[in-house]
Amino acid sequence: MSLRLALSNINKSYNGKSVLQDCSFSFDKNEIYILMGPNGSGKSTFLRICALLEDPDRGEVNFFSGNDIVKKDIELKRKITLVLPKIGVFNATVFKNAAYGLKIRGLKKKEIEEKANMALEFVGLTHKKNQNALTLSSGETQRLGIARAIVIEPEVLFLDEPTASLDPHSTTIIEETINKLREHNRLTIIMVTHNIFQAKRLADQVLFMYEGGIVDHGPNREFFEKPKDERAYRFITGQMVY
Amino acid sequence: METIIEGFRRAFILIFNLDAELLSIIFLSLKVSGLALIIATVTGLLVGAHIGFRQFPLKGMIISLMNTFMGLPPVVVGLFVYLILSRSGPLGFMGLLYTPSAMVTAQTILAFPIVASLCHSAIISVDPIIKQSSTTLGATPVQVTIMVMKEARYGIMSGIIAAFGRVMAEVGAILIVGGNIAGYTRVMTTTIALETDKGNFELALALGIILLSISLGINLGLHLIQRKGTVSR
Repeated sequence: MSLRLALSNINKSYNGKSVLQDCSFSFDKNEIYILMGPNGSGKSTFLRICALLEDPDRGEVNFFSGNDIVKKDIELKRKITLVLPKIGVFNATVFKNAAYGLKIRGLKKKEIEEKANMALEFVGLTHKKNQNALTLSSGETQRLGIARAIVIEPEVLFLDEPTASLDPHSTTIIEETINKLREHNRLTIIMVTHNIFQAKRLADQVLFMYEGGIVDHGPNREFFEKPKDERAYRFITGQMVY
Repeated sequence: METIIEGFRRAFILIFNLDAELLSIIFLSLKVSGLALIIATVTGLLVGAHIGFRQFPLKGMIISLMNTFMGLPPVVVGLFVYLILSRSGPLGFMGLLYTPSAMVTAQTILAFPIVASLCHSAIISVDPIIKQSSTTLGATPVQVTIMVMKEARYGIMSGIIAAFGRVMAEVGAILIVGGNIAGYTRVMTTTIALETDKGNFELALALGIILLSISLGINLGLHLIQRKGTVSR
């Protein structure tokens, strides 16, 4: 059974500066959520809190399996994963990078090999598997980051600006990978992006954040055709300078 | 000039004939320094990792102290260990003075700050994103620590090799605590000092050549490790 994520009244501040204020949202299973908003709206902090990488100052983050709250232990943390905007590539081969999540879960060597090879094939990096991962290009590194995440078959996958600073070709490959994930795996994807066109192409649901709060959300078409919030309208029509 | 040339000729004869005395001195040197290095590596890694990963009071002061101790004068360490192990010292009852154990102790004290300090530097220079990436992939705190140590491996190995170089070339401390007893505590560096005093250059030169070869080997190893650690895009 897939996990469902719900946040209630999340607040977070750094050095006395409030970054998130009373954010509440419930994410359904097996959908792609796109988090949009201008710089400094709190998207990445929100994502990190959702992914249990940071704790909120106030509020609750809960994962549900059916109607039951799942305990926030290592077992839960191994069912979710976050791909950071800067991929922390390990100084090892591409294959070893891809296999890391499986190795720390204590899987057998044969199973690790099979799954890691499959993940690398999924993102089109099979031909680079024996190369040191530090020698990959930016686009390839992002794809490796996704391979490393999907190899562990997460139930919720968080992506923080996976295509920022990538060229159109690499962006297309990443988007194709996300679409393939949608087709092949049953998982929830929550992704931060600045790219409105990308959001239109990928999202099932869109959340718009502004100054630390979720000010608008809705299904893809509805959100882009009839945004309820004035700020969201200005953002998607390019009137908001950010 | 003739003395030097003759000294080198005889030194090479000693080396190529695998002279028994020469071999026993080399073996003892490697044994003492190797053992000291093993102890310093285990303790230095633990301390370096602890300082690198944890936050605690006086951390900055301990780091400064460790960095200062990297340049400890060997004779001072020798004097300190001598006072501790001498009959009137607190550990005098153990009867360790003028034994290889005393030499290992002195060399461990010299090597420890180098390993600990360079291990700490290697750990803190690992990009914090590695720790985060490892965590997001489901690693436990212990697995995260292991991953960071793995990423710091080339820096850590450089520290260990630097420490080995330091103890192999050291003479002051082991001369004081070992006493340079023939066949028991006489190692390469102390033999070189003694034989030079006696004007017996052939053994001193032979050992000097070997010591230099070991140093060269160590530096070559260090260079290869550092080159392996630097991946060019």
